[in-house]
Amino acid sequence: MAAAATPSGASSGTDSQKTVVELGTATVRFCGDSGDGMQLAGTQLSTTSALFGNDVATFPDYPAEIRAPRGTKAGVSGFQVHFASTAIYTPGDQVDALVAMNPAALATNLADLVRGGILVVNQDAFDAKDINKAGYQSDPLQDQSLDNYQLFKVSMTKLTRAAVEGLELSVKEADRCRNFFAMGLVFWLYGRSMDATLRYIDEKFGKRPAIAEANRRALKTGYYYGETTEAFSSHYSVPRATLEPGTYRSIMGNTAVAWGLIAAAKSSDKDLFFGTYPITPASDILHELSKHKNFGVRTFQAEDEIAAVCSAIGAAFSGALGVTASSGPGIALKSEAIGLAVMTELPIIVINVQRGGPSTGLPTKTEQADLLQAIYGRNGECPLPVIAARSPADCFDAVQEAWRIASTFMVPVILLTDGYIANGSEPWKIPDAKSLPENKIQHPAGSSNGEKFLPYARDARLARPWAIPGTPGLMHRLGGLEKQDGTGNVSYEPENHQLMVDLRQKKVDNVAKEIPLQEVEGEENAKLLVLSWGGTYGACTTAVHRIIAEGGTVAHAHLRYLNPFPSNLGSLLKNYEKILIPELNMGQLDLLIRSRFLIDTFSFNKVQGKPFAISEIEEKIKELL
Amino acid sequence: MSTDTSLPILKASDFASDQEVRWCPGCGDYSILAQIKKILPTINVPRENTVFVSGIGCSSRFPYYMNTYGVHSIHGRAPAVATGIKTARPELNVWVITGDGDALSIGGNHLIHAIRRNLDINIILFNNQIYGLTKGQYSPTSPLGKVTKSTPMGTVDNPLHPLSIAIGCEGTFIARSIDVHTKHLSNVLSRAANHKGTAFVEVYQNCMVFNDEAFEYATERDTKFDTILELEHGKPLIFGKNRDKGIRLNGMDPEVVQLGKGISEDDLLFHDEKAPEPSLAYLLSRMSQPDFPEPIGVFRAVDRPRYEEEVDEQIEMAREQQGDGNLDTLFQTGDTWIVE
Repeated sequence: MAAAATPSGASSGTDSQKTVVELGTATVRFCGDSGDGMQLAGTQLSTTSALFGNDVATFPDYPAEIRAPRGTKAGVSGFQVHFASTAIYTPGDQVDALVAMNPAALATNLADLVRGGILVVNQDAFDAKDINKAGYQSDPLQDQSLDNYQLFKVSMTKLTRAAVEGLELSVKEADRCRNFFAMGLVFWLYGRSMDATLRYIDEKFGKRPAIAEANRRALKTGYYYGETTEAFSSHYSVPRATLEPGTYRSIMGNTAVAWGLIAAAKSSDKDLFFGTYPITPASDILHELSKHKNFGVRTFQAEDEIAAVCSAIGAAFSGALGVTASSGPGIALKSEAIGLAVMTELPIIVINVQRGGPSTGLPTKTEQADLLQAIYGRNGECPLPVIAARSPADCFDAVQEAWRIASTFMVPVILLTDGYIANGSEPWKIPDAKSLPENKIQHPAGSSNGEKFLPYARDARLARPWAIPGTPGLMHRLGGLEKQDGTGNVSYEPENHQLMVDLRQKKVDNVAKEIPLQEVEGEENAKLLVLSWGGTYGACTTAVHRIIAEGGTVAHAHLRYLNPFPSNLGSLLKNYEKILIPELNMGQLDLLIRSRFLIDTFSFNKVQGKPFAISEIEEKIKELL
Repeated sequence: MSTDTSLPILKASDFASDQEVRWCPGCGDYSILAQIKKILPTINVPRENTVFVSGIGCSSRFPYYMNTYGVHSIHGRAPAVATGIKTARPELNVWVITGDGDALSIGGNHLIHAIRRNLDINIILFNNQIYGLTKGQYSPTSPLGKVTKSTPMGTVDNPLHPLSIAIGCEGTFIARSIDVHTKHLSNVLSRAANHKGTAFVEVYQNCMVFNDEAFEYATERDTKFDTILELEHGKPLIFGKNRDKGIRLNGMDPEVVQLGKGISEDDLLFHDEKAPEPSLAYLLSRMSQPDFPEPIGVFRAVDRPRYEEEVDEQIEMAREQQGDGNLDTLFQTGDTWIVE
């Protein structure tokens, strides 16, 4: 449903006599036990802020364990929301307000709160046992350790329980409403409307009236607590951002991938087949696509990663848009089959939502360390195009671009996203479906004149024809054994193998002729270029903007196409004295750039399962200027 | 294209590709190839709607020899490739050609899941109890103690019974035949092709080079009547050259009995391929030499919904409930806001 943004966010209470401080931007983080509903609190604040008209970026951070022991640091889950009156590209480095539901959440998140920042804690959760579990020697609410922050100790548990009295809920059920109390308080603090969340409660809990009522009461109690108690003397407003006119919605990267796939199938008049195996952080693509069967989407939850990719190859052979998605460990399992897709020259999309590695690594944390795996991680000479999305909403365009390349060049394409953009969200200007790029696919028509069909004949791009079962006269056999040029029959001829290896490489090289030239943002006469790719876009572009605003001279190129590179990249890089390559890995793009263009670079690496802070990039740029 | 919709009458030779068949002379694969080519014209599916999918191994070269669509995929993964093909295009006639190593070692996981899903595909397992393409290592169906290149002192791992596995997965069509029993083989293949659901057929296949005469007991005139039992639906389990021996159930266990001497056909176990419970079929799949004759024929043929049909049904249902997919509607779901 469409709601026009109204600035009357806090209109649903009595007129507040408190001071309102206007801010350009605010970053809020909710944190608590993984069962405390912090992800929901964050999503609600993010939706509410987006509906209000702010630019918004979010970052969920949760443990791999579904329910680690209660009260422990391992079980802390958080959700950060950055909302602003200007364009923003990241969920923010440090938080201006931290809501901590227990001592463990406080202990693990306090370091990210700015000095002087707002700290709201559920003081009822600070009993001796939990304080101890969080590793504190003494109660941090009682000693002086939090003196540098605006500390608000709120009896969230007691207040929530009192609010839901009479609804005959168990203590456990009552306590589950605490996140709504916390939301209400934060909504008041930042002048947000409760409307969207009240609507959400109706939709989500409509069938359980007592629970719905309890959550409504908890939300309002939190809101009015802020308004009426003496504790908070002022609250804040973050005016609307000036975004390009249009209808907007908030979108997460994984949802954008799913919708982009549906759009890609529509624009090429194909049925979408999505074969996958559940894996964090990619599973949400499956969940989302499985809801849209009315688009003719066939989702297949395979028995394993290998079956997932093989089913996509089978679907592609039969003429569908075959897709598989996973994360690093799953992609490793798919490697052999991706090689089969390269050999059979069938168009499939392989999506890697990267996470921390190696091996099982850090399933819920982000990293960019699968770039070389994507480009080189198969046996034999096995080239394929690799592209990367840069932000949650960009996943929508990137996956359609992957399909354009795959279907025009008859080649599997790997799309790289990462946990950070897959689970993060940002406002997305909703496109008009009619404006989406069309992708007409021609399958060769059948022949009955007995002319021999050549499944490995090539067009100007070096793509082979996509003949599909059901077409008379074009029966052919594909396989992983080396193909004879043209006929596709098995061939062990030495010269033919060389030829086919060359052809498969040239075909991928040809992709460079049909992708945009690399663009550069920032100062024209800059001597330093920041060269980035994938999910670090937000941090890099913001850092560059800040340096320029401070009078520094720096330029920024963000790569979408990792293999092949845009054709002007080599000459472009030669315009700069220094090239800084920040990556959430140990220097994988750096290695490619150095070996490909024989130039010196500055590699800036971080592998902590966390995205870059803007300040980290800024400092590095300053160091090199 | 012609507007004549009647199907041309095809012969076995119409299904032969232009590729020279390269199995070793005398390989059992030739016979299976010949029987499949023979029955294909009888099932009234055009060649262009037929797809053969295989994995890796000697038998997996099969698709190259067929004038149909085909995929020679990677080791063990043919059922997964076939699942993608059949789910995306339910109207296609899809066959999986595999071997004992391909299906039961590296591809075991895909095999069991394909069978349990009950896609309408045919899986033909060429069982020669040896790795032929890699030149003679033991396979998951090699008998215990088998001396091979990789087991000079004999195998120490217990073999699998392919049909027991298929029955454990509650396969809806499960059968066995023998490469050289061409008439029996073509009958079984024909029934498999006409079955709606996953048809799993094990074919005893002789590897002349690395495991010659592994199934000699089942093919030699002198022995086959005592070592093989042909299953017939609704008939008692009788075997022997003079058809004077039978299988009787003694509690939960089968036993071989001599007919006559107070034991009549009515005392024997009667074969019911349509039994909803797979227990008796399982029991039959466990019968093996030298204690029992090995049954051939159709062990089980029951009806259960096909995976691809259920998938299609859900798509239809979603279209009825939500309307045909519309991108603009999709993009507008949930909360949106307008910036002016």
